[in-house]
Amino acid sequence: MSVMIEMTGAEKTFTMHLQGGVRLPVVRGVTFQVKAGECVVLSGPSGAGKSSILKMIFGNYRCDGGRIGIRHEGAMIDLANAEPRDILSVRRATIGYVSQFLRAIPRVPTIDVVAEPLIVTGTSRADARQQAGHLLRRLNIPERLWALPPSTFSGGEQQRVNIARGFISDHPVLLLDEPTASLDAANREVVVDLIDEKKNAGVAIVAIVHDDEIRRWIADRVVDVTAFAAAA
Amino acid sequence: MADVQRETQCDQPLLVAEGLSKSYGRLAACRDVSFTLYPGEVLAIVGESGSGKTTLLQMLSAQLASSAGHVSYRMRDGVLRDLNSLGEAERRFLFRTDWGYVRQDPAQGLRMAFSAGANVGERLMAVGWSHYGRIRDAASSWLERVEIDTARIDDAPRTYSGGMRQRLQIARNLVTEPRLVFMDEPTGGLDVSVQARLLDLMRNLVSELGLAAIVVTHDLAVARLLSHRVMVMKGGEVIETGLTDQVLDDPHEPYTQLLVSSILPP
Amino acid sequence: MNAPAYNFAYLDEQTKRMIRRAILKAVAIPGYQVPFASREMPMPYGWGTGGVQVTAAILGPDDVLKVIDQGSDDTTNAISIRKFFAKTAGVATTTATTEATVIQTRHRIPEAPLHAGQVLVYQVPIPEPLRFLEPRETETRRMHALAEYGLMHVKLYEDIARFGHIATSYAYPVKVNARYVMDPSPTPKFDNPKMGNCPALQLFGAGREKRIYAIPPHTTVVSLDFEDHPFTPYRFDAPCALCGAGDAYLDEIVTDDNGSRMFVCSDTDYCESRQAAGHRGSESAAPHKERAHG
Repeated sequence: MSVMIEMTGAEKTFTMHLQGGVRLPVVRGVTFQVKAGECVVLSGPSGAGKSSILKMIFGNYRCDGGRIGIRHEGAMIDLANAEPRDILSVRRATIGYVSQFLRAIPRVPTIDVVAEPLIVTGTSRADARQQAGHLLRRLNIPERLWALPPSTFSGGEQQRVNIARGFISDHPVLLLDEPTASLDAANREVVVDLIDEKKNAGVAIVAIVHDDEIRRWIADRVVDVTAFAAAA
Repeated sequence: MADVQRETQCDQPLLVAEGLSKSYGRLAACRDVSFTLYPGEVLAIVGESGSGKTTLLQMLSAQLASSAGHVSYRMRDGVLRDLNSLGEAERRFLFRTDWGYVRQDPAQGLRMAFSAGANVGERLMAVGWSHYGRIRDAASSWLERVEIDTARIDDAPRTYSGGMRQRLQIARNLVTEPRLVFMDEPTGGLDVSVQARLLDLMRNLVSELGLAAIVVTHDLAVARLLSHRVMVMKGGEVIETGLTDQVLDDPHEPYTQLLVSSILPP
Repeated sequence: MNAPAYNFAYLDEQTKRMIRRAILKAVAIPGYQVPFASREMPMPYGWGTGGVQVTAAILGPDDVLKVIDQGSDDTTNAISIRKFFAKTAGVATTTATTEATVIQTRHRIPEAPLHAGQVLVYQVPIPEPLRFLEPRETETRRMHALAEYGLMHVKLYEDIARFGHIATSYAYPVKVNARYVMDPSPTPKFDNPKMGNCPALQLFGAGREKRIYAIPPHTTVVSLDFEDHPFTPYRFDAPCALCGAGDAYLDEIVTDDNGSRMFVCSDTDYCESRQAAGHRGSESAAPHKERAHG
């Protein structure tokens, strides 16, 4: 199975200029691979840099050194040194990201929030909405909420909308940051099923989960990020 | 519905700025700015007053001559032309058809004494439309698109509210289906709720029409909402540039960090 | 004291040469406003100094001059200007359109068709057709240079939106020789068709604004309009009350203090010629009015 993600010696340090230039090293020497159909779970205590690594793979955080290889349209591209335009292209076609908290553009109805990734790649609004509705139903978001913007929803509902948006397209790489954190048992099962389906479809997944049980269900491998701790 | 032609067009830069500088005597208003803009991309230029962002916008839209550097634009026939090499007639034509320019004060970008329909129809008449009924229909449909009641097509913008005037300015600029729109603080001076509505409209139009846009703003929220990429300017220089979410979530430069930390969290 | 001797037609020869150069340029570029060094004339601005300067520059001793004001030979202005040239040039003058070689006019084109060899000189107040739409002279000059006339159509659009039809009834803008948009001076739009393909030379002089423009003989002159709102010349409801002409521009004349009025030809020469030829009108347009005597 082909390697979809290949991180080599990636590192990140925050420099807080407003606090007198304090340097906060986050991670160093991050090296691991993820193959298609594989689910790698990042483990480690809070603050170890798990979310940061995900954000670096998505290109949300910039990388200070090393290489972040992503298989995009048949070839490996180094996201750490890519042009902004190329990163946008990778996000559109290759990497999906479910963040820890939903960040949606205000005033957009839930159904459109979820349908958006499909519309951007060319699906008609009607078809995209239909698929969005299908997913939302699976995630137990009732239809009467679809026309409302998700800002007024509960934390769990927002997270399910977030998941729907991340899972709706067929990106070959998925990044999941605590996808089940605010969910009840029933919905956690739905998410695990969704992850399984993606794995079977050959999607490479990197996930952060704190729940041991969930981890056992979905992880093919566990990568302990304390190995990448940057010296203070 | 990304058709093949649009794909090929998307691969080629639409606007290329190289080493743009503007100085007034010893004062450098803008120093060595370079970037490339592709079709359908929205670039925000963020900075506080005096950062040089409006000077930059004026140079990019050929309204101000640069002291150094070039701006090149890909014309509809696919040829990349240095804006300085265009004749005045060509430049003016470009300004009226392929480009839009939305000003902060809509009164500056509209003919306040003429009806809304005339304002929107003017560009069409300038490119030779000569059928009153069709001009009026086109104007009417654009008013609808910017959410202005079409019954007000014969009213002058003097009778419009600030938000309506701004939406009318947008309609006036988009009627010739430009490929590049310049916006100078488009939501400045408007009430917050009016701003929100306007930003939603702009976001939808930009994505529907596949517009490229360069938006000058001091408001990071506007940048986050509208743009793919952002350039942060201070003292006439670009101090940081990247994807909008990158620059706003992971600011590197001291000034950028200052700007980001100054936004009130929701 | 001897009365001062005037140079032929008042202006000195150098000035006439300068004006003639401007006229040549204007004729070479139909409809284009040529700036000229307008001189101080013995009448103030607003009294036809532009027209007078053009006439003075082209007048020769053998010319026959006719001067009309709103179509009439016998208003104060027409008489003044005619006397001015009679005194300073000693040329023959006439009221008959067909006999004149140079006709200076304020705000009307004569009804009688003009022929080759005649020159019609118009008095123009504001030569710039875009003036009230775009106050900046720098901008209007550019617009003419680049043939950017969208704004002119905006005005016409606005008329239709407001009144249902193009409401401009005089100084109706025209496109000359398919290139320049021109203000025909405040002649009624009724007269616009006469300007196109005219055998005579038409010269326009604006003294205060210092511009001269021209329409050479047999030049296309098209009144601006929209495809679905085409230019239509004005039609009067009834013929002239004096001579019965159905194709002339009529003036309204109030006949008494009770509001009675009649409509008669604005072109006095045309009306008189027709009456002399035996044509008669009803003499009054108001049905309930008593027949006027005389």
